Amino acid sequence: MHKVLIIGEHDGKTLNPATAKCVTCAKGIPDGEISILLLGADTAGVAAQAAALGGVKRVVRVDRPENAHPLAAIFAPQIIALAADYSHLLGPSTSFGKDLMPRVAGLLGVPQVSDLMAVESAYRFRRPIYAGNAIVTVEADPARKLVATVRVASFEATGAGGSAAIESKATSAALPSHTRYVGARSGSTDRPDLQTASKVVSGGRALGSAENFKILFKFADKIGAAVGASRAAVDAGYAPNEMQVGQTGKIISPEMYIAIGISGAIQHLTGIKDARTIVAINKDAEAPIFEVADVGLVGDLFQIVPELERLIGS
Amino acid sequence: MQRIMVCIKRVVDYNVRVRVKPDGSGVMLDGVKMSVNPFDEIALEEALRIKERTGNLEVLAVSIGVADTQQQLRTALAMGADRAILVQTDAAIEPLTAAQTLLALAKKESPDLIFLGKQAIDDDANQTGQMLAAMWERPQATYASKVELSGGKAQVTREVDAGLETIEVDLPAVITVDLRLNEPRYVKLPDIMKAKKKPLEVVTSLDALGISAGQLIKTVKTEPPAQRQKGVIVKDVAELVAVLKKKGLL
Repeated sequence: MHKVLIIGEHDGKTLNPATAKCVTCAKGIPDGEISILLLGADTAGVAAQAAALGGVKRVVRVDRPENAHPLAAIFAPQIIALAADYSHLLGPSTSFGKDLMPRVAGLLGVPQVSDLMAVESAYRFRRPIYAGNAIVTVEADPARKLVATVRVASFEATGAGGSAAIESKATSAALPSHTRYVGARSGSTDRPDLQTASKVVSGGRALGSAENFKILFKFADKIGAAVGASRAAVDAGYAPNEMQVGQTGKIISPEMYIAIGISGAIQHLTGIKDARTIVAINKDAEAPIFEVADVGLVGDLFQIVPELERLIGS
Repeated sequence: MQRIMVCIKRVVDYNVRVRVKPDGSGVMLDGVKMSVNPFDEIALEEALRIKERTGNLEVLAVSIGVADTQQQLRTALAMGADRAILVQTDAAIEPLTAAQTLLALAKKESPDLIFLGKQAIDDDANQTGQMLAAMWERPQATYASKVELSGGKAQVTREVDAGLETIEVDLPAVITVDLRLNEPRYVKLPDIMKAKKKPLEVVTSLDALGISAGQLIKTVKTEPPAQRQKGVIVKDVAELVAVLKKKGLL
């Protein structure tokens, strides 16, 4: 049997949907038994959410004040202390998991497989390299603990229907004092979360200014979409970093992705490959985005977007 | 502060469109332009700016790879690094091995800060800095978009999924950098000439540092990604709305 431990991501109140996607990935491991580990100041609420995920056997809570913020240097030694019985340690390919899991692997002295996009057997996986220009099949050594991150855009979220046992654990792991949380500026809005939204409207450099991005926000609100941006738009200061979609930003898999004024650099396309339908609006008919778009419209976004909004309303 | 170590990886240039070999044994690398990993360039730029602000410290550029990796280290020296070390090997280096090798260099050189790019644009693994920090038993600050140093501490603003997060770490520490930390300088011709005279030490094998290059993760097969079908171009907004409604998306 393979004992899989998923490191759950949460903000103290809500379990991040990336965790439910990791569960789906873990279910692909043959003969697996899935547990979720939650570290936090008070994980009672999120533990209940995790326990409800279908197919999860056990939820392990480690509550202590030092866990109020997800610092890799603080979390990793506790994970090691609890990991002895597990063959697989999985975390999401979010900024949380990407920061944390290699520190866990480093402490264990084992390699990590990043961005699992498919599970072929307990130790054989597919993952993207070169910004998704190539897909490799890799085999890890079964004699070692497997540490991996899960490319969340490749998996559907596991639904409810579970009733896992919840247990609280304490660890005697010594925690370093060399890393301290200072604060955060969250771009949270009332709009759907970019990483999990079913519709995403995204803007590029052609928007021309932060002011003009409001056109996108207005349109997105009308259709209930999240808003993203290309790297060029973020670099130009039109949109904040958390909106960036692409190789080094967020990798997303919405039902519909509307790329507005985005030329479609390969690094951007990496982030949207798994979108069900890609719509492109661009004034350059030769833009690479049209190579991958399911539906394209060539024209001036400043005319098209307001008209689109109007027609949808009618 | 006396020394900043910057870790540099030689990778296929950012602008090259990588293609998979027809036999699935890897990607085509013959004759392809190689460059400094763009994130590592940002890492080096940050170290150079710290040196320019505070003075009196050494910026050491290090790399692991084939003999030709000297080219990328010369670029680093031309940008302004004071000294370079290449750990020369023809072996494929996994992030864990890279981290172990960098750890050996860190123990020898005792830097106050180690900068790396947050990921290399070839394997996109995003592991080496964190593994190095873990094994060095020092703090890590990943995805840095702002670094402020004072009194043996670094306050680092990090690009995270929810926005920006600020943490404080004691030095020595490992910092991995994100895109918007800075814009790397262009190398000028006189700097390239000057760089030829700067010291570049070659460690002739991983063995010399007590490292064995294990292939713990075997690559079995390399394939091109699934291609999306080319879609339709609609003539106006009304048709676009009609198509999307038909798909049930509006």
